Amino acid sequence: MSSKDLILGRVRAALADDPAVPEVPRSYRREFPPADLDVLIDRLVDYKAVVHRGSDVAAIVGDIIGAGTLVVPPGLPKSWLPPESPARVDAAPGIGLGPETGPHSWLDQAAIVAADGVVTGAAVAIAETGTIVLDGSPDQGRRILTLLPDLHICVLRPDQVVASVPEAIARLDPARPLTWISGPSATSDIELNRVEGVHGPRNLHVIIWEAA
Amino acid sequence: MRIALFATCLADTMFPAAAKATVLLLERLGHEVVFPEAQTCCGQMHINTGYQKEALPLVRRYVRTFEPYDVIVAPSGSCTGSIRHQHKTVANAAGDKGLAAGAEEVAGRTYELSELLVDVLKVEDVGAYYPHRVTYHPTCHSLRMLRVGDRPLRLLRRVRGLDLVELPAAEQCCGFGGTFAVKNADTSTAMLADKMRHVLDTGADVCTAGDTSCLMHIGGGLSRLRTGVTTVHLAEILASTEKA
Amino acid sequence: MTFLGMPLAHAPRGVGHLRGDEPFPRAARTALANPQLRRNVQHATTTIRGKSGRVIAELPDWQDLRAAGSALKAYTMANLPRLLEQLEAKVTEAGGVVHWAADAAEANRIVTGLVRATGEQRVLKIKSMATQEIGLNEALADAGITPVETDLAELIVQLGDDKPSHILVPAIHRNRSEIREIFLRAMPGVDPALTDDPPVLAAAARRYLRETFLTTKVAVSGANFGIAETGTLTVVESEGNGRMCLTLPDTLITVMGIEKVVPTWQDLEVFLQLLPRASTGERMNPYTSMWQGVTPGDGPQSFHLVLLDNGRSAVLADEVGRSALHCIRCSACLNVCPVYERTGGHAYGSVYPGPIGAVLSPQLTGVEDNASLPYASSLCGACFDACPVKIDIPSILVHLRNQVPHPAAEKAVMAAAAYTMDRPRLYARAQRAAKFTKLVGKRGRGLPPPLNGWSAARDLPTPPPESFRDWWRSR
Repeated sequence: MSSKDLILGRVRAALADDPAVPEVPRSYRREFPPADLDVLIDRLVDYKAVVHRGSDVAAIVGDIIGAGTLVVPPGLPKSWLPPESPARVDAAPGIGLGPETGPHSWLDQAAIVAADGVVTGAAVAIAETGTIVLDGSPDQGRRILTLLPDLHICVLRPDQVVASVPEAIARLDPARPLTWISGPSATSDIELNRVEGVHGPRNLHVIIWEAA
Repeated sequence: MRIALFATCLADTMFPAAAKATVLLLERLGHEVVFPEAQTCCGQMHINTGYQKEALPLVRRYVRTFEPYDVIVAPSGSCTGSIRHQHKTVANAAGDKGLAAGAEEVAGRTYELSELLVDVLKVEDVGAYYPHRVTYHPTCHSLRMLRVGDRPLRLLRRVRGLDLVELPAAEQCCGFGGTFAVKNADTSTAMLADKMRHVLDTGADVCTAGDTSCLMHIGGGLSRLRTGVTTVHLAEILASTEKA
Repeated sequence: MTFLGMPLAHAPRGVGHLRGDEPFPRAARTALANPQLRRNVQHATTTIRGKSGRVIAELPDWQDLRAAGSALKAYTMANLPRLLEQLEAKVTEAGGVVHWAADAAEANRIVTGLVRATGEQRVLKIKSMATQEIGLNEALADAGITPVETDLAELIVQLGDDKPSHILVPAIHRNRSEIREIFLRAMPGVDPALTDDPPVLAAAARRYLRETFLTTKVAVSGANFGIAETGTLTVVESEGNGRMCLTLPDTLITVMGIEKVVPTWQDLEVFLQLLPRASTGERMNPYTSMWQGVTPGDGPQSFHLVLLDNGRSAVLADEVGRSALHCIRCSACLNVCPVYERTGGHAYGSVYPGPIGAVLSPQLTGVEDNASLPYASSLCGACFDACPVKIDIPSILVHLRNQVPHPAAEKAVMAAAAYTMDRPRLYARAQRAAKFTKLVGKRGRGLPPPLNGWSAARDLPTPPPESFRDWWRSR
């Protein structure tokens, strides 16, 4: 008998009393008013993210990164980057920010480690929990890209912000690799107090991109 | 109102003052109290120590004894909790459906003292007088099994002469837990030490609660340390008047 | 013990960490004698209770979420065979390989074999209760493979040659200055000027593990949730060590208890609200990773899921006890438990300490192997109130106490007491005779064990001149 058959056999025998299957009460909040950006900002700041608001994303990115080096995913709007930025694009050969940025290839790990920061978009953000979610779309890229640099700059459009976890789940695709991010890397392992800065990016900047 | 008293084995045997006070208080409020003498013990100690089978006759005895009464009171949160949350389980485990149904019914008419006063008799000022500095320990089963909430405090606040002081970390268990205090005596003692420290921090001269068992535990510790702080059941405070 | 002709398969002896070396009361005595340990645990649990209480109060529908979480788990257990097969199909469809492990030994064999097949000598580990439970690190070491714990608390435990004492924060029994000392003593290349400032300690761990993350080709994880409907696996974490392990290596091996399956994607909306608030007292933990099989070009290109029984089916066979499988490993019950707060986690022997451990460990191993644990509780009920999926731990404890083999002397006393109490006249005579304290004094001198445990710190009550019953008759 395979272990699978053995385990399933044991489980079926254990359930021989035919336990009652409850109706799942979905009385928790499932309808929400439009997301409140101020709540999102409050929660992001509470978890030590730095929040910016404005219409000129490139200028804000330029202020944050200064003379540092950036890596970016292949589908990042070029208009989000300072014109003088020597951003390196992580992309399959032939895909990139546009013909003017030249041919690209996957960056190797060393190149990503060497970068000072990464700029991405996001799939969705949750106001109530101060969470942004990446789903690997072309403006967010491979998961390694937002993991190794010590600075993550994430650009959000207000229409990507939902109020609650249930709304975020409804918008997301469970077939994609998802990374939920709530503040910079942190730990509660020392005396159960939250302390920022372990293995993930220690600096998280969120730019809320508002139309001019 | 005619009220049947379930004295509980511990109060009946070791702390009759709590049961007597319950009688005198209810009579003072104009009610008739009866004490069905076939009663003994609710079986909680057996049930909680893993002797459910041995507890079955005690559950049956409780149900049979109190079946005829419309309102039953017990000066104990944990015995009331056992009656309300465990008797039916014990009967069902023994396959006695009839007893389970009876247990559920009688449990529905069994009240802890503060519940009876506030919810059934609709009284908060019982006309008591008790000139002492008092702190109240909300015993675990009153608090979390019965959810008596602030009923005991509402009763205490209306007692004349009584200076009620809040107990820090009140919701923490005193460490009694029935046979837990014997089987895990060291851990129980550590819990008791913290409870006593909090009681002493209040400066109260009396620590009260709705359970003689927890009071026996806390009182035993306070007495060993010769703190001078005494433990008094809630019923005794509520029964106390300027005359007595 | 058999169930409908099918033998109950408990977690086997001799492998894994579900059994302690000594009964709880004895182990607790050792822990209670360590005031530093008590201060550390008390400080940490007090902190987390406050944090958790505040963020739970922010949600107006916390009780509704708990009710939904509880029902979802009951639904899952009742449909476990179907959901597990669905999960297997979906993971396989998405490019993963599913393995079934009947017990700890088989799971260790599978994982070790998979690592060997890669030819690697070192694996990254994400903190996982399932791999702790089965003793995977020891099995890997026996096979010449070095497991590197990457969670900060696990690292503290590993470097300190210590044992985990908490589900979420295995080094909860260590304070910052002890952590500093462990790092100075055991962390290669550590800055000798290291202070005990928590951000400095976290930075030291970052530096120490960085190169290992970048160069290790295999990782082993647990899973918080495995979604049957979609085959999506989920790991909830804080530090980013999880992301490193789930992203950088070529091969990922995930060990998941069979009870961790979740029916649908939508159901995560319940658990992702319950878990962080109950667990670390955060609105959301810093990082949650979700993946479905293999994503070409992104993350590990070889993914294995090991589904673990190791006694879970035996737990499932107990109508009352099975709800212990609903646990989402948040550790809220530990943080509110007055017993855990004083003894810490080591006293429980098993990797699952605290109230949930006291009901889960004995059921996984069979109660006779953890007979003292169902009694390691005063039944105060704080755990039940704190549990985000409403596991009635006190009722399960009481239920399990009925299955424990009782000491003969206790049995005789209990039987005699029940006999007397079922006979009111005999009972009344016994009451009059029970001038117990008069014999031994209120200090209880000369009382035999276990009663001397009481009298060591508490006076016995003075017996009244007459019982209530006698007073009532004489009125």
